[in-house]
Amino acid sequence: MGERAREGLRAYRLIAAMWMRSTMMYRTSFALTMAGNLLVTGLDFATILLMFSRVDSLGGWSLPEVAFLYGLSATAFGFADLVLGSMDVLGTRIRDGSFDMLLVRPAPVLAQIGADHFALRRLGRVVQGAVVLGWALVSAGIDWTPAKVLLVPLMLGAGAAIFCALFVAGAAFQFLAQDAAEVQNSFTYGGTTLLQYPPTVFGKDFVRGVTFLLPLAFVNWVPAAYVLGRPYPLRLPAWAAWSPPLVAVVCCALAGLAWRAGLRAYRSTGS
Amino acid sequence: MSDTSDGTGRASHPAGEVFIEVDEVEKVFEVRRKTGFLKRERRQVRAVDALSFTVARGEMVGYIGPNGAGKSTTIKMLTGILTPSGGRLRVAGIDPARERTRLAHRIGVVFGQRTTLWWDLPLIDSYRLTHRMYRIPDARYRENLDRLVELLSLESLLDVPVRQLSLGQRMRGDIVAALLHDPDVLYLDEPTIGLDVISKAKVRDFLRELNTERGTTVLLTTHDLQDIEQLCSRVMVIDHGRLVYDGPLAGLHEVGESERTLVVDLERELPPIDMGASARVVKVEGPRQWLAFPASESAAPLVARIAAEYPLLDLSVREPDIETVIAAMLYPTGDTPRPPSERTTA
Amino acid sequence: MGVGRLYTAVAAGGFRRYATYRAATAAGVFTNTAFGIILVYTYLALWDEKPHLGGYDQAQAVTYVWLGQCLFATLAISGGGVEKDLMERIRTGAIAIDLYRPADLQLWWLSTDLGRSLFQLLGRGVIPFLVGAVFFPMALPVDAGTWAAFLVALLLAMLVSFGIRYLLALSVFWLLDGMGVSQVLAITGIFFSGMSLPLNVFPGAFGEVVRFLPWAAQLQVPADVLLGETGLTRAFAFQAAWAAALLTAGRLLQSAATRRVVVQGG
Repeated sequence: MGERAREGLRAYRLIAAMWMRSTMMYRTSFALTMAGNLLVTGLDFATILLMFSRVDSLGGWSLPEVAFLYGLSATAFGFADLVLGSMDVLGTRIRDGSFDMLLVRPAPVLAQIGADHFALRRLGRVVQGAVVLGWALVSAGIDWTPAKVLLVPLMLGAGAAIFCALFVAGAAFQFLAQDAAEVQNSFTYGGTTLLQYPPTVFGKDFVRGVTFLLPLAFVNWVPAAYVLGRPYPLRLPAWAAWSPPLVAVVCCALAGLAWRAGLRAYRSTGS
Repeated sequence: MSDTSDGTGRASHPAGEVFIEVDEVEKVFEVRRKTGFLKRERRQVRAVDALSFTVARGEMVGYIGPNGAGKSTTIKMLTGILTPSGGRLRVAGIDPARERTRLAHRIGVVFGQRTTLWWDLPLIDSYRLTHRMYRIPDARYRENLDRLVELLSLESLLDVPVRQLSLGQRMRGDIVAALLHDPDVLYLDEPTIGLDVISKAKVRDFLRELNTERGTTVLLTTHDLQDIEQLCSRVMVIDHGRLVYDGPLAGLHEVGESERTLVVDLERELPPIDMGASARVVKVEGPRQWLAFPASESAAPLVARIAAEYPLLDLSVREPDIETVIAAMLYPTGDTPRPPSERTTA
Repeated sequence: MGVGRLYTAVAAGGFRRYATYRAATAAGVFTNTAFGIILVYTYLALWDEKPHLGGYDQAQAVTYVWLGQCLFATLAISGGGVEKDLMERIRTGAIAIDLYRPADLQLWWLSTDLGRSLFQLLGRGVIPFLVGAVFFPMALPVDAGTWAAFLVALLLAMLVSFGIRYLLALSVFWLLDGMGVSQVLAITGIFFSGMSLPLNVFPGAFGEVVRFLPWAAQLQVPADVLLGETGLTRAFAFQAAWAAALLTAGRLLQSAATRRVVVQGG
């Protein structure tokens, strides 16, 4: 298992490096898309700023508090997007037959497809999310304790892992429906968007859904409530703030199983 | 050993270690077809049906058949892309479906119309990736690269971005990429498709040399009879997922009761020549007529009769091409074969 | 007459082509519904905080959200309409063939895009809108006149949307790569059309400017027509003016581009 993971990481590094070299063949285009990426994600936050230009709080949360949620969600998602954000090419690769070429190489297929179309410009979202997060950390009036300091990097890591699991699960789904790549956007982009707003904004059943069915709430809502000293959504127990790493491990394991099932189905049907 | 062969071809395989072993392998796909507004019909399609053959180390085998006959399904099972539905399959002693990555180090794959080279990067970059991904020892890599690049005359193109290469150059580039790690077997799918005459010759010369000098086993699918004629001592023909012929190319003509064509130029336009049962007119174009006659029979008596009964100017005999040979063998009743698009695996 | 029939056939072709992507359409319906639900909740919180924000009440804000999801693909607000094919044809040089077709280049692409729009509206737009109407309180007009006016506004919006995308696609003649252009299209489309926030909520002078830009003709104006928040003459005039300006600019740029192709020898 560990051997396979190491092989996978090595193959990922090699292929990602090739994609970076490819992008660098068109330097101007790279610079433009990088700038564009920063701008897109910037406008994302601009919407929230525009809202707060007309109101003082949203669902009872102030701007710095919402910015805290935004920063956590955008940074965690940004990492996942940087690492696995191009997995939606899988459907195209299956349709045009080039997926088969990945299967005759001596490297795990998940690593190869994960590194496919690796794009450094996606760093834009991480940078932009981190800037907002940095501002929120100093202006949200957090009553810092060592535990809270520890929890921030912990939830960024766990959040990125949860989003990575979503990308892998979405790719696995494409083995079944090659044209339906957009469905995964609902969960990945949709997920990061909804987590930018306080849980108090959403209906109770909706919050239950994104806590227990699709555990997005553990990316930021639950641990952020602890850091900000706010009540937990759904009155979860106090230790729930420390559960994100566990949730992330479970998500990744499930996504891994889904991927294996999808790949097995592909290799028995060839479509 | 090859009990599915109908016996008219080779009787036994050359002495040598069995390298590819296919025993009663089958591949069944489930196909869903729309039959009405919301109705779908499920059918099972047998793409490969009780297929058995062996290939010895160092053999060079042509694998041919109509579109959809099961060629590429076979190759995909041999390379570990697809899992067989039944039967036993071994390549170099490895079960491809179970040990895909271990097998990958032993095989080279070139799919004619699909390049594995990196489009925007110089050719050499693709090779460097292969070097590292396959963990080829440095000395070995250098040696192989130099030799392959020289044999396929790619020296001057190593620093050219792949997108600027011609189709023939790219194909040669792909072949190099598939061989850098010294595979024991090379699978080639239509390696000369779309290439000009010179590129074709280069590729064929190279493959022959690879086979004789390094003993690399080669399995080749192609539509080009010349590929087979010039390279393969053995041909396997597959149709409807079954092996229908396994033997030397020459034997194929007899098996298939295929027809040769006599092209006759007469002095003037005349009604179709009547030669009774010994030949039939397949085409008339002005004073020129095409007559088909069994490939196994001599043309001499036919020519003599025509010369005696018709105002003959000129004539020539045409040998059948690969498609006709296969078609004649597969549809021996003399019916016109269905066009390839209608030949399904159903 | 023959010309009308030709472009109707071209439009029908566009409709059918997009109709073949069944799984993609289903995926799109799902995505638009999911984003609609997320947006509705945030808007409800916003209007809870400040009733009558931007002149809308809560039900109107909800209607705006679902209309946006309905028109997102219809008007190709973040791109992904026929301009994608057009850019690819320009990039590969296949556009030279189109120039020899006995049809007007702009009208040809416009017809295809209208066919596409119609399919996206019916196949992809209607369902999220209905889902929204069933589960959330909406402010829908009951008189046929308003709906008819909305359809006119929608048709004008389609023209403006095509006008913007056609202009940007033609720029590939000079830029040679469509990647950056597509990105610009997506950013500006989503933000300035009011997909993330209605333009009438944008504050101050910035709001004034944004509401005057052509993107406002895509979602904001049809929404205001449907919600009865604008005078029809004013709305139609605004849309028609932008449509005319953009399509004319498209024609001019097209002839410049064509000259370029001819000079380069195709």
